Amino acid sequence: MSSAGTVSGSGPASRATRLLSARNVVVVAAAGLALLLPLFGSNFFVEFVMTRTMILGIAAATIVFLAAYGGMVSLAQYLLAGVAGFMVGNAVVAQDAWSKGLKLGWNPWVAVLFALGVTTVVAFVLGALASRTTGIYFLMITLTYAVIGYYVFGSITPLSGFGGITGIDPPGLFRDHPVRMYLALVVLSVLVYIAFRVVAVTPFGLALQGIRDDPVRMASLGFNVSLHRALAFTLAGFTAGLAGVFNVWWNGQIDPTSISIGPTLDLLIVAVIGGTLSLEGAWLGAFVFVAANNYLRNLPLVDHIGITEARFNTIVGMLVLLIMILSPDGLAGIIDRVRKGLRRLIQQPPGSGATPAEAAAGSAP
Amino acid sequence: MTAHAVDERELQLRRPFVLPGWVARAAVWVPVTAAALWVLVLARNTSAGPAIREPGEFVVTLLDGVTFAGLLFVVASGFTLIFGLMRTVNMAHGSLFLGAAYVAHEIQTNMVGKDANIDARDVSLLAWILPLLAAGAVVALLGLLMQQLLLRWNQGQDLRQALITLAISVIAADQMLAHFGGVAQPLKWPGAVTHFFEIVGERYATSRLFMLGVALVVGALLWLWLNRTRMGMVIRAGVDDQEMVRALGINITLVFAVTFAVGSFLAGVGGVLGGSFAGSVAPGVDGAWLLNSLVVVIIGGLGSVKGAVAGSLLYGMVVALSPAYLPAGYTYYSVIFTFALLAVVLAVRPNGLYGRAE
Repeated sequence: MSSAGTVSGSGPASRATRLLSARNVVVVAAAGLALLLPLFGSNFFVEFVMTRTMILGIAAATIVFLAAYGGMVSLAQYLLAGVAGFMVGNAVVAQDAWSKGLKLGWNPWVAVLFALGVTTVVAFVLGALASRTTGIYFLMITLTYAVIGYYVFGSITPLSGFGGITGIDPPGLFRDHPVRMYLALVVLSVLVYIAFRVVAVTPFGLALQGIRDDPVRMASLGFNVSLHRALAFTLAGFTAGLAGVFNVWWNGQIDPTSISIGPTLDLLIVAVIGGTLSLEGAWLGAFVFVAANNYLRNLPLVDHIGITEARFNTIVGMLVLLIMILSPDGLAGIIDRVRKGLRRLIQQPPGSGATPAEAAAGSAP
Repeated sequence: MTAHAVDERELQLRRPFVLPGWVARAAVWVPVTAAALWVLVLARNTSAGPAIREPGEFVVTLLDGVTFAGLLFVVASGFTLIFGLMRTVNMAHGSLFLGAAYVAHEIQTNMVGKDANIDARDVSLLAWILPLLAAGAVVALLGLLMQQLLLRWNQGQDLRQALITLAISVIAADQMLAHFGGVAQPLKWPGAVTHFFEIVGERYATSRLFMLGVALVVGALLWLWLNRTRMGMVIRAGVDDQEMVRALGINITLVFAVTFAVGSFLAGVGGVLGGSFAGSVAPGVDGAWLLNSLVVVIIGGLGSVKGAVAGSLLYGMVVALSPAYLPAGYTYYSVIFTFALLAVVLAVRPNGLYGRAE
């Protein structure tokens, strides 16, 4: 697996110019656009499409973080978001409310701390158990976690209510203020993005990437391989928990089917669409996924070929299949390829004989 | 330092993530002893009762475990066979399972001539065996098609292959939902095997033993194929060293194709068995059986047929014992024991009981 965000090589470039890379400029511009969006975007677009995009983006970014820096493709991230959601639900719903679950009736912010604490502990235990494997084994074990987790919440009804916990209110700061929640999610997305990139260049992150590339060598150098993996998984689990908290606030309810195998795969699909090796791709993939979910029905002709939103999963499956066949690095990989192609076109000295079309054909591998 | 000590250190280097021996032994024996003590003597106020007082319930629960293990083995052996040889994790294995069950349902309802309310007495032996073989053949063909079109050219990229088959499973689940609807469709055992017999004072269903019998036949055929035929020899060699088999001039792509078809066929046989066992076919079963296959092979070790036997037995026992021996009112915690089994095995042997490190 190639690296996504390894430190760029030492050159004459100063720290400032390195910060001004094309990648960072695009990310800052996108974040600025997202922050200004409520000024001109429609309510539906901001409060529904983009809010959902941000939630899924944060959750998918945890998959990307583990895959790109740790070489671990995790399917347990949606479960961990769900754990946080269930904990918030159990903690905040008041005793006299017409709902189910434990109904502890706590302060919503205390509930958040509690939910994140539980999620982090669960993530550490699951991560420690899975941390001695990587690659395909890790994928299988985390998929098993996800499905067992679904059955745990599905069958232990005191924790999940029969058919879920309803009436979960966000704290007063966000209640009846969907735009505030959206803005908070944008800020959180930016923080998560920066945090993951910063972690990647800390000694811990560098060791993690070393472990991704050669665990045996890192072990012989004295690094605790499984501990690094388990801690990375814990960090990702905590972050997935953040997404889960916002998800349950946004939905107002949570039930076991919302963490079943379907949504679990959806989250992986989001990461795959964006590209499992590119952090930015997580949010890009989330946007494509949510937009497809909401706007596909509006496309002309779609009804005539028998593809309706009722068959959304078929379309998403086809999309993933296509991406995996054409470019396993997802949209980010495609964008990267196009960019490199364009740069080659531009750098082609004039009068060298090759027309742009020939240059493009020549650059194809 | 003696040569022996150097060897030891080298070994530690090559397998850097091993628990100390006493921790591993404790992780296995403490829960096993506690569970045995509980089941034998202490399990008052459970649906089965302590085994020394209720031997009949105990035997029935054990039989439940073994017969379910038979079904688990049929499904998981196909999964592990494909992985063992090709390193392909077929995430669409559950879809093949469900697809076969639907095909068998279609054929069986046609043969019986009824759409709903099919009773086992209406089903002749032929109206079960023919759907079984036909459904197995259909999914074997589908699996072969999938392998030839989508997996053959990216051999060795295991994550990419897992995601491709995952995408297929999403599409297949959606299409089956569109075609067969969300309501459970009937699939029945033949009337000839749906009787009850008495064992240690308890009634027991013959159909469960029939299921175990089919599983044993499948297991025996699989063993003969792998151990007594030329192709089986090539497969076993391929599991050990694919490159070497290739270099010896053996057409391993053909062997791959046959293995994938056989693995899919096993998923199909499992689907018909599982559908008849449940009495119906319904959406969502694909995910459940992908999980079951995963649990079995994670416990037993990916790619090992022996491991599939061990994993099926362990998992089948846990599935049967935990609801029967949990205190009444707490039986919904039984799923935790599946996780506990997985956790213990992963803690002691990260690659499963018979698995080997990459």
